Amino acid sequence: MGFEKFGRKSFTAVTKTAKFVDLLAEGKIEGTVCKDCGAKFFPPRADCTKCFSKNMDWFEMPKKGKLETFTTAHYAPFGFEGDPPYSMGVVDFGNDLKLFARIAKDIKLEEVKVGMDVTVRPLKYEDNQLSFEIAKT
Amino acid sequence: MKKDVAVIGVGQSSFVRGYEGSIRELAFEAFREAMQDAGITQKDVDASIFCSAPEYDKQRSPAGVLAEYLGLIPQPTFYVESVCSSSSTGVKVGYSMIKSGLHDVVVVLGFQKMSEITSAESQERMGRGADIQWEAPFGTMMPAYYALYAQAYMAKNGLTHDDLMNVRLKASSYGVINERAVYRKQVKPEDFKQGDPEAKMAGPVAWPLRVGDCCANADGSSCIILVSAKKAKAFSKKPVWILGIGASSEAVNMAARPDFTKGLSVGYGAAAQAYKMAGITSKDVKVAEVHDCFTIAEIMAYEGLGFAPMGEGKQLIREKATYKEGKIPVNVDGGLLSKGHPIGATGGSQMRTIVLQLRGEAGPMQVPGEPDIGLVHNIGGVGLYGNVTIFGR
Repeated sequence: MGFEKFGRKSFTAVTKTAKFVDLLAEGKIEGTVCKDCGAKFFPPRADCTKCFSKNMDWFEMPKKGKLETFTTAHYAPFGFEGDPPYSMGVVDFGNDLKLFARIAKDIKLEEVKVGMDVTVRPLKYEDNQLSFEIAKT
Repeated sequence: MKKDVAVIGVGQSSFVRGYEGSIRELAFEAFREAMQDAGITQKDVDASIFCSAPEYDKQRSPAGVLAEYLGLIPQPTFYVESVCSSSSTGVKVGYSMIKSGLHDVVVVLGFQKMSEITSAESQERMGRGADIQWEAPFGTMMPAYYALYAQAYMAKNGLTHDDLMNVRLKASSYGVINERAVYRKQVKPEDFKQGDPEAKMAGPVAWPLRVGDCCANADGSSCIILVSAKKAKAFSKKPVWILGIGASSEAVNMAARPDFTKGLSVGYGAAAQAYKMAGITSKDVKVAEVHDCFTIAEIMAYEGLGFAPMGEGKQLIREKATYKEGKIPVNVDGGLLSKGHPIGATGGSQMRTIVLQLRGEAGPMQVPGEPDIGLVHNIGGVGLYGNVTIFGR
C-alpha cells in the first residue's frame, strides 16, 4: 500500500517501490540503484534487470537536465477531465537517465522549447496526491 | 526467397462507426468474404486464431465464442493480442504453426467493436493504455505520446504542419474511393485553417497534433487465410506468399526511449528482420501499407522502412511519391486515418489491401505496373510492438 498517493490519479496501490512516494513527501525524487552491480533505474525498479539482484538502494535524481520533447494535451482521459490544457515532457539528464512528467504551470507555453534547460521538483496537489513536475532552472 | 506459407483468402468488413450487430456477426462478415475468396469450407481449416485488443471486449475469452459462430469447432482455437498490431501478430503465429508442420490451413481473424463499450468506459481504458504505474498517473493518452515524437522530430528535421496535413489529404483522397472506409470525405487544406471555427481538422488534440492528424476509430473485422505450400497449389490459382516477417518490441516508458527524433525503434527492428528474411531491400517494395494512426507516424514509417533517408521523410509527401502513381505508393486504401482503425482488425485489413494489390484486384485503388512485392507495417501501442510483413507473388 502507499502507492495510491502517487500522481494526479494512481491506478495501482501495491508495489515494492512504494517508498518512492514517501521520498516524494520528504521532497526527494529518487530512482533505484543496484547494490550489487551499480545499475541505476528511473522509474524505480525493485529488481535489477542487469544482474537479477533484488538488493536495491535509492539515489537522488540529478537536478539539471534538458527537455528532450513535450506536448500540450487539450483533451484528457477519464479522471483527468478538469486538467486540460496541461503539458508533459521528457527530461534527459544524460548517462541514460530520463524522466517523464507534467511541465509546471508557471512556465508559459510559448517559453517551452525542445532542448531548453530544466529541473524537476516534487509537487503536492490540493487533494494531497504526491507527484513531481518539470520546472524552470 | 522461400515460398512456404501463402495467403489464399482475404476478407474485411466495412469499417463503420457503431456497428449494428454483435462481435460474432462482425467477425462473420470478414470470415465469409475470406472463405469465399479462398473457395474452401470449414472442414478444410485446421485451426483458428482470434485477435483484438481485449480492453474493448465485453466477452471474456472471445476465441471460443467466435470459433463456434464461424463453424470452426472442434478445431483448435485461441487468442493473441498486441494491441493495434494484434492481427499481424496472429499472422506471425499462424505462419509459425504452418511452417512447423503442425497445421496446413489456419484462419486468422482480427476484430474490434470499439463501440462495444460506452465512450466514458473507452476513455477510462485509454487512460490505462500507458504504463499504469509510472505514466498514466500524469494523464497520458495515445495522441499525447505520438505528439512527443512529433514535437522532437519537427524541431530537428524541419517537418511542418503543412507536411502533416498533406499526409491526411492523401489518406482522405483514397478514403473517398474505398467503399469499406469509415471516413469517405475529401479533406481540404481549409479544414486545417488555424483559428477558423469552421475548420474541423484544425483544433489541437495534443499539440503539435490536431484533430486531422488523428486516425478514425471504427468497428470492423478482417480475415486472412494462411496455407502451406502443398495446400496453396491444391486450393488457389493466385496464392500470395509471405516472404518475410519481422517483429520487435520497445520499452513502454517514454523515459526509456532512446531518441524521439528518429521515429519508432520497433519499426526499424521489424523492417530489418523482414527484409533480411525475404532477401530484398526497400527498393524492391512496390506498394506498402504503413501504420498511420497519426500523420507523424506515416512520416516516421517512411524512414523506418528505408523509403526515405533519416530525417527526409517529408520529401516523399512533398513530392507526392507515396501517392498511387508515385515511386512508392503508401496507404492507397485510405490508411488508418481514413479507412479507419478498428484496433484488432487493422493488421489483417492492411494485409488484405496488399494481397489484392498483388493480385491486381484492388479496383479503383489499384497501383499501376502490376506490383509484385508489397509490405505491411503495423505498430502496437506507441511503438511498443512493431510488425513488418512482406508479401510477394
